[in-house]
Amino acid sequence: MPREGILVDKPYERLTKEQVELIHQVSMQILTDPGLISFNREAVDILHGHGAAVEPIAGDHQSWQVKIPEQLVLNALDNAPKTVKLGARNPGNTLIMHGDEPRVYFITGSETNIWLDVDFPAYVNKDDPTREIRVPEFKPRRGTVDDLCQSAHVCEHLDMVDGYIRTVNIQDRDITEENKDVNKFFASLNNNTKHFMSGLTSLKQLNNVVRMAELIAGGKKALEDNPIISFITCLVKSPLQFVEDTTDTFIEVCRRELPVAVSSSPQAGTTAPIKEAGIMAQINAEVLAGITLGQLVKPGTPVLYGSVPVRARMDTLSDSYGSVETSQYNIDCAQMARFYGIPNYSTSGVCDTKIPGQQSSIERLFSDIVVAMSGPQYLHCAFGLLDCNSVFCLLQAVLDDAHFKMIKFFLRQPRIDQPEMEAALKQMRAVVATPQKLYISYIRPVLRSGEISGIYPFEGSGEKDDVFELAYEQMKDLLARPVEHIDRETTAKIFEEIPGLLPRLNVYERGS
Amino acid sequence: MQEDVINLIKENVIQGRITKDDEGMDEGMVGQPGVTELVEQALASGVHIRDIITKGLSGGMNVVGQKFEAGEYFIPDMLASAEAVGAAMQILQPRLATSGIKTKGTIVVATVKDDLHDIGKNIVSMLLRGAGYIVKDLGNNIDAQVIVDAVREEKPQFLGLSALLTSTMARMADVIQMLEESGLREQVKVIVGGAPVSEEFAQSIGADGYGADGFQAVAVVEALASDIES
Repeated sequence: MPREGILVDKPYERLTKEQVELIHQVSMQILTDPGLISFNREAVDILHGHGAAVEPIAGDHQSWQVKIPEQLVLNALDNAPKTVKLGARNPGNTLIMHGDEPRVYFITGSETNIWLDVDFPAYVNKDDPTREIRVPEFKPRRGTVDDLCQSAHVCEHLDMVDGYIRTVNIQDRDITEENKDVNKFFASLNNNTKHFMSGLTSLKQLNNVVRMAELIAGGKKALEDNPIISFITCLVKSPLQFVEDTTDTFIEVCRRELPVAVSSSPQAGTTAPIKEAGIMAQINAEVLAGITLGQLVKPGTPVLYGSVPVRARMDTLSDSYGSVETSQYNIDCAQMARFYGIPNYSTSGVCDTKIPGQQSSIERLFSDIVVAMSGPQYLHCAFGLLDCNSVFCLLQAVLDDAHFKMIKFFLRQPRIDQPEMEAALKQMRAVVATPQKLYISYIRPVLRSGEISGIYPFEGSGEKDDVFELAYEQMKDLLARPVEHIDRETTAKIFEEIPGLLPRLNVYERGS
Repeated sequence: MQEDVINLIKENVIQGRITKDDEGMDEGMVGQPGVTELVEQALASGVHIRDIITKGLSGGMNVVGQKFEAGEYFIPDMLASAEAVGAAMQILQPRLATSGIKTKGTIVVATVKDDLHDIGKNIVSMLLRGAGYIVKDLGNNIDAQVIVDAVREEKPQFLGLSALLTSTMARMADVIQMLEESGLREQVKVIVGGAPVSEEFAQSIGADGYGADGFQAVAVVEALASDIES
């Protein structure tokens, strides 16, 4: 049985049918005029071989202007699977996504450079030394492999996390460009039995990570049936450019027919028009260009319509994930993906602020609710991410899990039908005849059935706000809970076959 | 045999089952006798009322209290158990005098004049019954004179007054004033409660106790009952 996610019965949609059609039409125009600039020769050859007009661009870097005809895009959209299965080490964590079904899965991610530690030092009141309070202090530092293991471990136990995207970039001294991919894949897969999606640092490592996945899944065929890993590639850099190296990676992933998110992340104001119409037409064109290339490489490659649109901050011109428009763009993209019937990789929950707190809660909860309501299938909802996607805090991820419990409960379909009404009428007739006239005795049958939403789990006592301390305690509890590691025999095979793995990641050899 | 039925009473108090038709906490209990049927059965078998109350009913409520403290039980669970004990006490009440058992006490409760809110008062009543008190509930929007008359006739050890509005909470002071004028104030302990009421307000009107919620109300009554005994 796959994970349930949450089916949004009536997804929130901002665009009219006419607006959807218009975005589509303008995207088609964009793909032919101005088209895309490609810095990747192979992409040019593939597209040209299928009828795209190609012209070299004069300059220092080899690049080409590629004009993709509409029919090529429409054929690709026909070929792209409308249902995508993302497998998992634990088959019970499989995700099944239908492009036309707004069933939302909550996923972590993305990769940040900074890991935020938290401590609770005590402060004593100067005027009254008997009064002491503990205040959370956050300390940023570079992320490590050990941090990634901890993050994967905790996310394994967070109920609302349906799938795992690595949350922290591993920057240990012994991590190099050559061994980064194998170590980040192994650290994540060994500490988490949910689906694992990742980008690739070096294309040279693709064979190694795929082989690792085959060993874990039980062979090549087993990995095809249960794709426990998938990839995310930002092959199109905004505005409208096929990047050389990521496009190489994308083409190779498609050749292996492994699931891949075709992601584009334009920033309204800098790399895309500031107004909604412009950024929507552009991001749609960019994603469609990627999907088209992928389906030409290997028709039927499972792809996700990947959207990470943001608005620029006006004070720094950096990404403003906390801006309201960012949520609007993502909601629009969910609707566009549904229009094409392709599952949507969407974004919510990243905040602009650097540390957990009120701003963080407001920004992330706002976008998490509204974007989830739009029904994207693969909601890369930034568990624990702060500072515009550059900081990860495990404590924040634990807090986010509680938010998502509320959101998931909120999105449940109303249960109003004849049997429910008959039961309610029966209760009313019974209760009005009693002296107390209270329905309390009818609570009990539903009290533990999951039909009543829970109390906020980090509620403090009395006048004190204990949220961070209570969440921290839960974080420690989750870390103390064991996870199901890859078995000893498979681990031994992986360490034997895959070069570059750090010996300290082998849980069976530690201390020996 | 007698121990068995007492244990069953205790277990069914914990389950919060009044009759055989109630579901309780665990699966498959519907159809098995609940607290009221078991109390009748115990009486028919000659079990002493004292054992029914102390070992069965109070014993069960003690466990329920522990489960509530541990976060295993919620208020609806507590109330279900309290109602089961209240229903059992209704059966036992006529026999208490003849069996020589002193009740824990009687409490008259009412929501004061011009106030129609009675949820809190009803919950307090259920909890007090569950704790073994005899509760005379006068209802809501009750005139001060009616409350004073009830104190005179029922001779309760306690009077519980409830108000939910800042505009009606002053009626509590009126009731206490009338009790004093009628010479009844010394024979009854007055406990007040309700959303706008506070400990300070209770003291300012000369009440004997204040309960911030149902559980505190029961605790206050228990504490005052100890004072009366000592």
